[in-house]
Amino acid sequence: MCGLAGILNRYGKRISGNKIITMANMMEPRYDGRGGGFAAYGIYPQHRDCYALHIYFDNEDAKELTEEFLKEHVLIVKDEEIPTRKIKEIPKRYITWRYFVEVPEKFKNNEHDYMISVVMGINDGIEGAYVISSGKNMGVFKATGMPRDVARLFKVEKYKGYLWLAHGRFPTNTPGWWGGAHPFNILDWSVVHNGEISSYGTNMRYLEMHGYKCRLLTDTEVVAYLFDLLVRRHRLPYELAAVALTPPFWKHIEKMPPEKKKLYTYIRMTYAPAMLNGPFAIIVANSTTMIGLNDRIKLRPLVTAKDDEFTYIASEEAAIREVAPNIEELFAPKAGVPVIAKLEVD
Amino acid sequence: MGFPPEFKVVVDKEKCIMCRRCTIECPYGVHVWDEKKKTIIRKEENCVACQRCVFTCPTKAIQIEVRPPAYSPHPVWTEKVRRDIRLQAETGSVLLVAMGNEEPYRRYFDHLVIDACQVTNPSIDPLREPIELRTYLGAKPDYLELEESYSDIKLKTELTPNLKLETPIMFAHMSYGSISLEAQKSLAMAAKEMGTYMGSGEGGLHKDLYPYADHIIVQVASGRFAVHEEYLKVGAAIEIKIGQGAKPGIGGHLPGKKVTEEISQTRMIPVGSDAISPAPHHDIYSIEDLSRLIYALKEATRYKKPVFVKIAAVHNVASIAVGIIRAGADGVVLDGFTAGTGAAPQVIRDHLGIPIEVAIAAVDQRLREERIRNRGSIIASGGIRSSADVAKAIALGADAVYIGTAALIALGCTVCKQCHRGKCAWGIATQDPKLRKRLKPEEGARRAANLLRAWSFELKEILGALGLNSIESLRGNRDRLRGIGLTEVELEVLGVKPAGR
Repeated sequence: MCGLAGILNRYGKRISGNKIITMANMMEPRYDGRGGGFAAYGIYPQHRDCYALHIYFDNEDAKELTEEFLKEHVLIVKDEEIPTRKIKEIPKRYITWRYFVEVPEKFKNNEHDYMISVVMGINDGIEGAYVISSGKNMGVFKATGMPRDVARLFKVEKYKGYLWLAHGRFPTNTPGWWGGAHPFNILDWSVVHNGEISSYGTNMRYLEMHGYKCRLLTDTEVVAYLFDLLVRRHRLPYELAAVALTPPFWKHIEKMPPEKKKLYTYIRMTYAPAMLNGPFAIIVANSTTMIGLNDRIKLRPLVTAKDDEFTYIASEEAAIREVAPNIEELFAPKAGVPVIAKLEVD
Repeated sequence: MGFPPEFKVVVDKEKCIMCRRCTIECPYGVHVWDEKKKTIIRKEENCVACQRCVFTCPTKAIQIEVRPPAYSPHPVWTEKVRRDIRLQAETGSVLLVAMGNEEPYRRYFDHLVIDACQVTNPSIDPLREPIELRTYLGAKPDYLELEESYSDIKLKTELTPNLKLETPIMFAHMSYGSISLEAQKSLAMAAKEMGTYMGSGEGGLHKDLYPYADHIIVQVASGRFAVHEEYLKVGAAIEIKIGQGAKPGIGGHLPGKKVTEEISQTRMIPVGSDAISPAPHHDIYSIEDLSRLIYALKEATRYKKPVFVKIAAVHNVASIAVGIIRAGADGVVLDGFTAGTGAAPQVIRDHLGIPIEVAIAAVDQRLREERIRNRGSIIASGGIRSSADVAKAIALGADAVYIGTAALIALGCTVCKQCHRGKCAWGIATQDPKLRKRLKPEEGARRAANLLRAWSFELKEILGALGLNSIESLRGNRDRLRGIGLTEVELEVLGVKPAGR
């Protein structure tokens, strides 16, 4: 069991972390204290054009090696410690540092893939260094603990963002370590996940064929990479990317009008190895969009609601009701049908 | 020098009613009516344990037993070794055998176990929830290109032809000639009913099979028997046979006496002439030549049929498969060394080639490393005995499997290994009109379809236990397999973790 929450201000207005912290706190029976975290978009407007790398280090050596690596491959505009509070609930086990970096001019035409290779280069090549997030104007804060304590540890309430994700963990399948907490992030993409990806082996090997390296010891990372592959690299619209990941059953496709039937059949044929199977609810976000998605037979809870400014997604209704007294409609999306909320300003 | 009989025919005298049914049923001359003595003589030395008499005896009076070893036991000079040497000393010939490899190599399927869900990921009940087995064989694009306008989304990419299978199991290529028309018809009818396909084998397509041709993959082998425009166009797909798991590196031989009028017409060769498939295709001596044949066949069928290439699983199967996909094939058929055959030299069958499990793993991995896994399907063949084998083959990386021997067993075959003699008592591997009558295509089709139905149900049970509601989430999902009793290197080759990890 885990709990998810997401909130998007569709007009890009930045709000403090308090709202998402409240949402996460409403679902505490869903967590066991072995992982909590937040993703926040819009928190670094002063460095909006830089990739913000949040990195955890085991020790100074790993930090030094990483900095050498970074200096070789990118331009570091600024770096500083990710500020933390001293709290008794979560002893600090890592050096937490953030780097605002730019891609060298000659790699600008292939910036995204270049940055992915830099991130993978650190995660894969440097022992004791973990890139926790790598998007522009955003960051992930996560650790082993209850979300409320993780929020205190990283002073999450002090940041201001227009899109927030939260996650509390009750791990059963993979060991609890700071890097193993959610959200998972790669560049612009962040994911929080409740459940299990039973198709992990198939998805992972498909992603490896496309140059991704799954090294974070969790099934959730494949969701972030699959969105990156399908939406950014293959340019599928979000709705169709969701069809690829959680397609309708063949018996439903058979009944569609001919054009749609062909499109859906082609998507299933082409993206068969990208299909996500197993019980899950996920919220995926990038700087302009927040998507909620359930598995094909809805084996995990997910509800969503809207008011005139915000779109909310959460594991439980209570999390939404607590922060949004004036919601217009609240509903549970159907199995495999995505909830897509987009930023309405540039 | 004769040989001591291998089997003992035990007749319960109290049950036997002297109806002489066994003397009619046995094509090998074991049960013979002695007119003078008014009794049935049992010539045990002729017995092959095909079980025909046992099954058909109305009073169930007959039992066939294995004779205890006639030789003094020796661990190196086994009874079989001594028997083979004596036989070769007698005849000076290559030993000819039928069915698959009999040497006790490791069967990797039996060292792999499948995962199941508990608590955190609920298993799925296939009787309550849909579980999908549909599989498409053929090339898939790297990605889909779309044309977006404000009202709707249109596809720019067109997919090349694929075969749609409602279950990932097909009937393997067994030629008309090696098996009877009735056996082929049984499988063709079952394939059509179950939404899957059968292989024609290299013997062409009898006119009676044309109504089922949209569920038949037509084969082009080195002998090029029966390959004409209509044959290519009428089939659902084309398969070029380069090699065969039971006899890698060698061709085939249908003796002239089996080339009856009907077979002669189908194969397009004179009655009574030997049908010889050369070891190599005489127009394929390199990968470029293969590519030319692939495209010649595609041109001839106006790019409307997928073209697969079948090879025997041999040591460097992975790089060969990469070549085949790059040469333009829509799929590669891997035939493992336990694959069956109607006739092969024993030394070839038992000592050449590699296991299918290892071949699937190596090919699937290499195609991924080359980033062309989507450009062709992997069809695994040879020694698939159960739905568990199918599930394991798919988890290792196969898209679908072919079953040959298992399909014949469904039709009544008892694996007595006499296919090469053309006297099959069950009407399967024979052209003898009297014997052929024993297999009724409708009954054969019912049984073959039932086998596919049963295995498909079992596959759904396995998928449900894995918490997967579609076969594509099992494909290449080696994470859900574990090895038992395998060495570190074997595990690495198969790409699976040991049980407990």
